[in-house]
Amino acid sequence: MPRAYIPATISRQPWGMLLPLMALVAFGAAVLDSAAGGRFDVWASSHLVRFCVFMVMAMVIARLPQELFRKMALPAYGVLCALLVLVELIGGMGGGSQRWLNLEFMTLQPSELMKPGIVLVLAWFYSVLPVGETQNWRSLGPAAVLLGIPAGLVMLQPDLGTGLAITFGAVVVMFMAGLPLRWFLGAGASALVIAPIAFFTLLHDYQRRRVLVFLDPESDPLGSGYHISQSKIAIGSGGLFGKGFGNGSQSHLNYLPESHTDFVFSTMAEEWGMLGGTFVLGVFGLVFRWGLKVSLAAPDRFSRLLASGMTMTIFFYMCINLMMVMGLAPVVGIPLPWMSHGGSSMMTNMICVGTIMAVERWSRSAPKGLS
Amino acid sequence: MGKLPVTSAVLTNRFERRTFVLGALQGGVGLMLATRLGYLAVAQNEKYQAASESNRVNLTLIPPRRGWVLDRFGKALASNRADFRVDIIPDRVADRDKTMDTLAGLLSLPPDKVRDIRDKLDKARGFQPVEVAASLDWERYASVSVRLPELPGVIPQQGFSRFYPTGAAVGHLVGYVGAASAEDYEKERNPLLVTPGFKIGKDGLEKHFETRLRGVPGARRVEATASGRIVRDLGTREDVPGKPIQLTINAGLQDYAARRVGLESGSVVVMDCETGDILAMASMPSFDPNSFSDGIGRIEWKMLSEDDHVPLRNKVLRGLYPPGSTVKPMIAMSFLEAGLDPSASVGCGGGLRVGNRVFHCWNRRGHGTVDMAKAIYQSCDVYFYHFAQKIGMDTIATMARRLGMGQEFPMPYPGQSYGTVPDPAWKKKKYDKEWAVYDTVNATIGQGYMLSNPLQQAVMTSRIASGREVMPRLLLDRNAAQPKSMGFRQDHLDYIHAAMSEVVNGRGTAGRAKLPVDVLMAGKTGTAQVVGLNIGNGKGGLWKHRDHGHFIAFAPFDKPKYACAVVIEHGGGSGAAYPIARDVMTYIFDQAKAMEVLEGFEKQWGGNVQQRMAARYEVFAAKYGASAPKPVPDDAELTERVEQGRKPAEAPATVQTDAAAPRPEPEQAPVTTPSPAPTPAATPTTTGGQ
Repeated sequence: MPRAYIPATISRQPWGMLLPLMALVAFGAAVLDSAAGGRFDVWASSHLVRFCVFMVMAMVIARLPQELFRKMALPAYGVLCALLVLVELIGGMGGGSQRWLNLEFMTLQPSELMKPGIVLVLAWFYSVLPVGETQNWRSLGPAAVLLGIPAGLVMLQPDLGTGLAITFGAVVVMFMAGLPLRWFLGAGASALVIAPIAFFTLLHDYQRRRVLVFLDPESDPLGSGYHISQSKIAIGSGGLFGKGFGNGSQSHLNYLPESHTDFVFSTMAEEWGMLGGTFVLGVFGLVFRWGLKVSLAAPDRFSRLLASGMTMTIFFYMCINLMMVMGLAPVVGIPLPWMSHGGSSMMTNMICVGTIMAVERWSRSAPKGLS
Repeated sequence: MGKLPVTSAVLTNRFERRTFVLGALQGGVGLMLATRLGYLAVAQNEKYQAASESNRVNLTLIPPRRGWVLDRFGKALASNRADFRVDIIPDRVADRDKTMDTLAGLLSLPPDKVRDIRDKLDKARGFQPVEVAASLDWERYASVSVRLPELPGVIPQQGFSRFYPTGAAVGHLVGYVGAASAEDYEKERNPLLVTPGFKIGKDGLEKHFETRLRGVPGARRVEATASGRIVRDLGTREDVPGKPIQLTINAGLQDYAARRVGLESGSVVVMDCETGDILAMASMPSFDPNSFSDGIGRIEWKMLSEDDHVPLRNKVLRGLYPPGSTVKPMIAMSFLEAGLDPSASVGCGGGLRVGNRVFHCWNRRGHGTVDMAKAIYQSCDVYFYHFAQKIGMDTIATMARRLGMGQEFPMPYPGQSYGTVPDPAWKKKKYDKEWAVYDTVNATIGQGYMLSNPLQQAVMTSRIASGREVMPRLLLDRNAAQPKSMGFRQDHLDYIHAAMSEVVNGRGTAGRAKLPVDVLMAGKTGTAQVVGLNIGNGKGGLWKHRDHGHFIAFAPFDKPKYACAVVIEHGGGSGAAYPIARDVMTYIFDQAKAMEVLEGFEKQWGGNVQQRMAARYEVFAAKYGASAPKPVPDDAELTERVEQGRKPAEAPATVQTDAAAPRPEPEQAPVTTPSPAPTPAATPTTTGGQ
C-alpha cells in the first residue's frame, strides 16, 4: 500500500489502470507515427498532446464533488440537446449533413459528448426515482424520452454508429438500475422483429450497402467491401509477431483505408501481429475491470450507475470497432479509444475515465453505503 | 421478482448480479475478439500474407521483342524499332473526352487520327489497350509523362514496335501485327495479350509463325500504392526475344519487284529454279504493314476497300488467271515427251479447219510453215491446235499437273487458289458434258477452263528451266537436298530452252525483253482475254475489260538459275508484263542498271510506292476528311473482311461453249500508257479471272 514518502494525492491514483492506459496511448502514438510513413508530427504528436490535455481534464473532473454532477446532469443534457439541434440547423442550411460545430479553437461534436451525457442524466434520473417506482412504466417513460431526443437527433444526422452508442449507454444504465429483466428480453425479441423492417425503411442506401457487404465482403471487393477485405488482409498478414515497426505494406501503400482513424487497429496488427493485438485487448481488459470494480465499490446508486455506464460506453466503442476491423460487424464509423487519431473521441473517453475516477474518489471519502 | 417489495437492498443486489453479467459479457467479447484475431493472424496467416503480397507487388509484363524476319542474306524484312508510345486502357479512363482533348493537344494529333482513336475506344473492351500514338519523339513522350496524374488510364511507355523497312513491298509476304482481339484473348487467356504495346501476328508469316516469333515476356516487379504510384523497383526480368525466321527472299529483289509493278495491279514471282527458293513474291498494290500494325483508320480503310486493284488480296497465291500462251512451252514439252518430232511442222494460214469450223491463229495473216520452235517463239496457235488434236488433252493435262499447274504447294499461307487443269474426265464430272474440240483449242492457248495463279506459273517455269521437280520454298534451308529430276530428256529441255530464248533474243514475240546485261534470258509471252471481242478488244477501253498480261522467263537460258513469272491484271496484253520481268531479272545481274530504269519510271508515276500511297491518303483525307463513314471494322471483323476481299477469283461457273479468240502477241502493240491510277470513286472490285 501507499508508502509514506509518496504524497497521498499521487499514491491514491488508480495506477493499475492509468499506467497501462498510458502505455496504450504511447503505443497508439507509435502506430500513428508509422501510419504517417514515419512522420511523428502528422498524427502522433497531436495524439499525445491531446491525451495529456484531456488527462488533465480527467483529473479535474475526478476532483469534482458528486453534488455538482447531480446538479449539472440535467442542464448539461439540455445544453447538449440544444447543440444537436443547432448542428442539425446549420447542416440543413449548408445543404449537407454536418456533425460538428466550429468553435474556432476546436471543432466540437455534440453527439460525442452526448455519450457520457446520456449516462449522466439517466444515472441522475434513476437515483432520484423512488425505489418503488423502478418496476413500473414510470421508470421507463421519462428515460425513453431522455434517450429518444438525442438518439433521434443523432440518427437524423445521419450517424448510425454514434446513435447506437448513445442508445447502448442508456440501455446499460437502465439495466443496471434494476429495471425488470423481462423488459430487456422483450425489447430484444422485438428488436429482432423490427430490425429487418428498419433495415429496409430507416437506413440510408449507403448504410444498407454496408450491412449487405458485411454479410458478404467478397461481393464487392473494390467497393464497400474493400474496407473490410483490406482490413482483414492487414490483420491476417501480420501473423504472430507482425511485419515489424514501419514495415506495414497495407497501410503504407494506402491499401488500408482510414489507417489512422477507424482502422488503426489493422495498421497496428499488421506491424505488431497478434502480440500487439493481445496487448491492446489486455489493456482494455484492465480498464474495464477497474471500471466495474469502481462501480461495485461505489457508495450510492447514482455513482454506481454512473461508473458502470461510463465503463460500458468505452466498452461499446472498443467492441464495435474491433468487430468491424476483423470483419465481424458492418463498417460503422466508430474509432478505437486511445488509439485512433481524433480529438472528439479522445475527449469522450477521457471524460468517461475522469468520471469513473471521480466515483472512485467519492467512495474513498464517503462512508460505505448499505452493504 | 415483482411480488417482493423492491427495496434499495434488492436493487443493490440486482446491480451486483448484473455487473457480473456485464463483466462476463466483456470477458466473452474479449475472448471472441482474441479468438478472431488468432484465427485471422495465425490460422489464416498464409492466405492473407499472399493477399498482402499481391497487393504490394505489381507485376508488369514487358512485351517480348518479336523475332525478326530476315531475307536470305540476313537483311531485315521485319524488325523492331525502339520507340516511345502512348496507350490508353479504356476502363481506367475517368473522362474520355477530356483525356482525348488533352492528348490530342500534347501529341498534336490531327483530327482524323483523333476520330480513329475514338472509334477504337468505343469498340475496345475494357482490358484492351488502345494505341494513341507510337514512334514518338522524346519531347512529346515526356510531355505526356509529366501530365500523367491528371490522365488516369493513359500509359506512356518505352518499348519496341514492329518495323517493316520496305513497307508495302512486304505487306502480303510478311503480313502484319496488331493488338490482340478479344477472340485471341478468349482463346489463349494469356495476360500478355492485353499488355499495352504487345502485338500479335495478324496475317501472313507473322500469323503463321506467331509462336516462334513471339518470345517470352519480361516482367518488372514494382511496389506500388493502391492508386498505382510506383514506390520502388523490386527487380526486372529481361524478355527473351522471339526467334528469327530466315526466308529465301532476296529483300532487294522483293522491293524492286514490288516497286517495278508501278501503277499496275499485278504480281511478280522470282524463284531459284535449281532449289525452289522463292527470291521475290510481290503482289501490288499492297497495304503498308507499318500503318496496319497501328490499327487501320477510317480513311485508310476506305482507300483500301474501294481500290479496284484489290490491294488486300495476295494475288500471287490467290489471284487466278487464264495463263494464256505461257502454257505453250509446257504443251510443247508434253508433245516431245509423247514422241513428237520437234521438226514436224504445220502450215499456218491464220487458222485451222476442224470439221466445218475454223479456229483462228492470233495472227490472221498466218505464220507459214511452223515447227515446234517457231510455234513457241512466234506463239503460233495453229501449231498447237493441230498437234493437240492428235496427241490428246489427257497427255497435255498430265504434263500440266506434273509441272505444277492446278497444284497446291505447302506454303505458310492459308487458302491458296490452285485453279484448274481441265481434261475430259474433269469436264464430265463438273458439267456432265463431253469434251469438245474447242475445249482442247482453248486449253492449248491457256484459255477457257485453264486457270492458274502466278506462283504456279513460276513453278512451271522453274521445272521447265531446270528439269527438276522443284517445290517453292520460303524458309531458307541451306542444307536441303537438291530436288530430284523430273525425268525429262536433256535434249528436249535444251530444245524448249532454245525456243524460249528465241522469244526474247531472236525472232520472237518479246524482242524488247532482252536483258541489257551479258546474260541471255529465255521467256514466253501470254495474253489472256478477259471479255469477249463483242465487249472490247482487250487493249483499251474500261480497265477491267482489258486483257491480262503474262510473261514467264528464266535466265541464263543455257544454264538456268532464276525463273520468273509476271502477271499484270488487265495490263492490256503481255506487253505490260515482260518489261517488268526484264527489269526484275536485270536487277539480279546488275542492280545499278535496273535501279536507273526504275527511278526513271517512278518520276513519271509520281514517286515511289510510299510517296504515292501518302499522296493518295492526302487526297482521300481532303475529300472525305470529316465525312468518312465509320466502316473500320473491329479486329475480328477486319480479318474476316480482309479474307473476303482476298477470296480467290472464282473459276468460271458457266460452261464454255466456244473457242476463245486468241489475242495478238504484243510485239507490234507496245503498251506505253500505264493504266490510270484507280480513282477514289467506288468501282466494283474485279475478280482476277475471266
